[in-house]
Amino acid sequence: MAEDLACRRGERLVFAGVSFRLSVGGALLLTGPNGSGKTSLLRLLATLIAPAAGRLLWGTMQVDADIASYRAALHYIGHQDGVKPGLTPRETLDFWAALRGHGAGRRPLLLDEALGTFALETVADWPCRWLSAGQRRRLALARLVASPASIWLLDEPTSALDHDSQLRLEHAIAGHRASGGLVVVASHTPIALPAAELISLEAFAPLPDHDAAG
Amino acid sequence: MAAFIGLFRRDLRLALRQGGDTGLVLGFFVLTVVLFPLGVGPEPAVLQRIGAGIVWVAALLAALLSLDRLFEADYQDGGLDLLALSSLPLELAVLAKCLAHWVATGLPLALISPFLALLVDLEPAAIPLLCSSLLIGTPALSLIGSVAAALTLGARRQGVILSILVLPIYIPPLVFGAGAVEAGVVGAGARPYLLILGALSLAALAFCPWASAAGLRQALE
Repeated sequence: MAEDLACRRGERLVFAGVSFRLSVGGALLLTGPNGSGKTSLLRLLATLIAPAAGRLLWGTMQVDADIASYRAALHYIGHQDGVKPGLTPRETLDFWAALRGHGAGRRPLLLDEALGTFALETVADWPCRWLSAGQRRRLALARLVASPASIWLLDEPTSALDHDSQLRLEHAIAGHRASGGLVVVASHTPIALPAAELISLEAFAPLPDHDAAG
Repeated sequence: MAAFIGLFRRDLRLALRQGGDTGLVLGFFVLTVVLFPLGVGPEPAVLQRIGAGIVWVAALLAALLSLDRLFEADYQDGGLDLLALSSLPLELAVLAKCLAHWVATGLPLALISPFLALLVDLEPAAIPLLCSSLLIGTPALSLIGSVAAALTLGARRQGVILSILVLPIYIPPLVFGAGAVEAGVVGAGARPYLLILGALSLAALAFCPWASAAGLRQALE
C-alpha cells in the first residue's frame, strides 16, 4: 500500500523510507516519540499533505490517479475533533455524513448506530458546548460509524477517553477489521490491535548529515 | 448537491444560533450609522448629501466584522481538513460558506437599511435604491472577503491584516453602490451604477471561490 514514503515539513525532513503493506482486515500501529512524524504520516496517508518522495498505492492503483475515490474510502480522525459548540451531536454527525455524499435515506439509521456505538444517546440532542473532552472525542469517533468507509486513519484516538470508551473503540475497530476494513492508528498509549503491523517512526528519522544535505 | 446544501444550512444555523454573528453585525451597522448624525451635526442638508455614503461605509465595516470567522473556526477545530477530504470540491464548499455568510450578514444589512436611511434623512425616493444597491452589492463583499479570509488563515492578528487587505478591494462596490443612490437623488438614472454593481458581484462569483479554495489548500499544507 505504501512504498518508500518520505515527508518534509518546511526545511526539515521528518522521516524517509517508510514502507508498509496492509491487506484486507489489516491494522498498522504507528509509535514513536513526540515529533517523530506520526501525525505527518497519517496526514500524508489522508492525502492532506503530499509526500516528498515515494508513492501511495490503493489496491494496484496509484492514489494520485483517482484521488476522489480514495478520499471517499477513507476516514481521517485527527487531533482535533471537528465539533462545533453550537450544534448537537446528532446534527454534527448528520452533517458530516451528508458531506461525505451519503443520501438522506440511510442516514438516520446509521446515525443511531453511531451514537449507540460510542454511548452518546443521552447527550445526542445537547449542544456540543456542554460535552466533556472525552464525549467530544467519542463524537469525533462516531463519524466512523455514521458514514462507513474502508480505511480508518486514527490519530491518538484514545486521548481523553475513559477505560469503557476505549473498550468501545477497540470493539468498533475489531468489527471494522472483521468486515474487511483497514485501520492505521497512531498512539503512544497502549491500544488492543491484535495482529497489527508495527512501525516505530523513530527508526526512520533521517541521519543528521542527511538532514543537512536535504 | 446534498453536501452543498448541508454545508450551507449548517453554517447558517451556526450563524443564527450562536446569535453573536448576525446580531453583532446588525448592531454594529446600526450604531455606526447612528454615530454620524451625532458627529457631523443634524443639519438635513449635510446628512442628505452624505447619507448614502455613510450607510454603505457602515455596511462594508459590518460585513468585515464577521469575515475573520468565515474559515477560522473550521481551521481551528479541524473541520477544514474534513471539508478538504469530503466529496464536495473545495470551491463549492467556499461558495456554500459565502452564501451562508451573505444570508446571515449582507441580506439583513440590506433589509434594515431603509430604517437607517430615515435616520440620515435620505430622500424617500432614494430609499429603494439604497436597499437594492446593497442587495446587489453585498454578495461581492462576502465573496471578495472570503479570499482575504482564506489567505490570512492562521496568521496572528488575522482580523487586522484582513481589514487592510480587503478594504482597498471594497472600493469599487462602495463607489458604485453609493453612486447609484446619489445618481437617483439628482435624477441622473441609477441603472448604469446598479448594472456595474451587479457585474462586480458576478465577477466576484466567478473568480473568488477558486482563489479562496487555493488559499485554503495553501493553509492546509
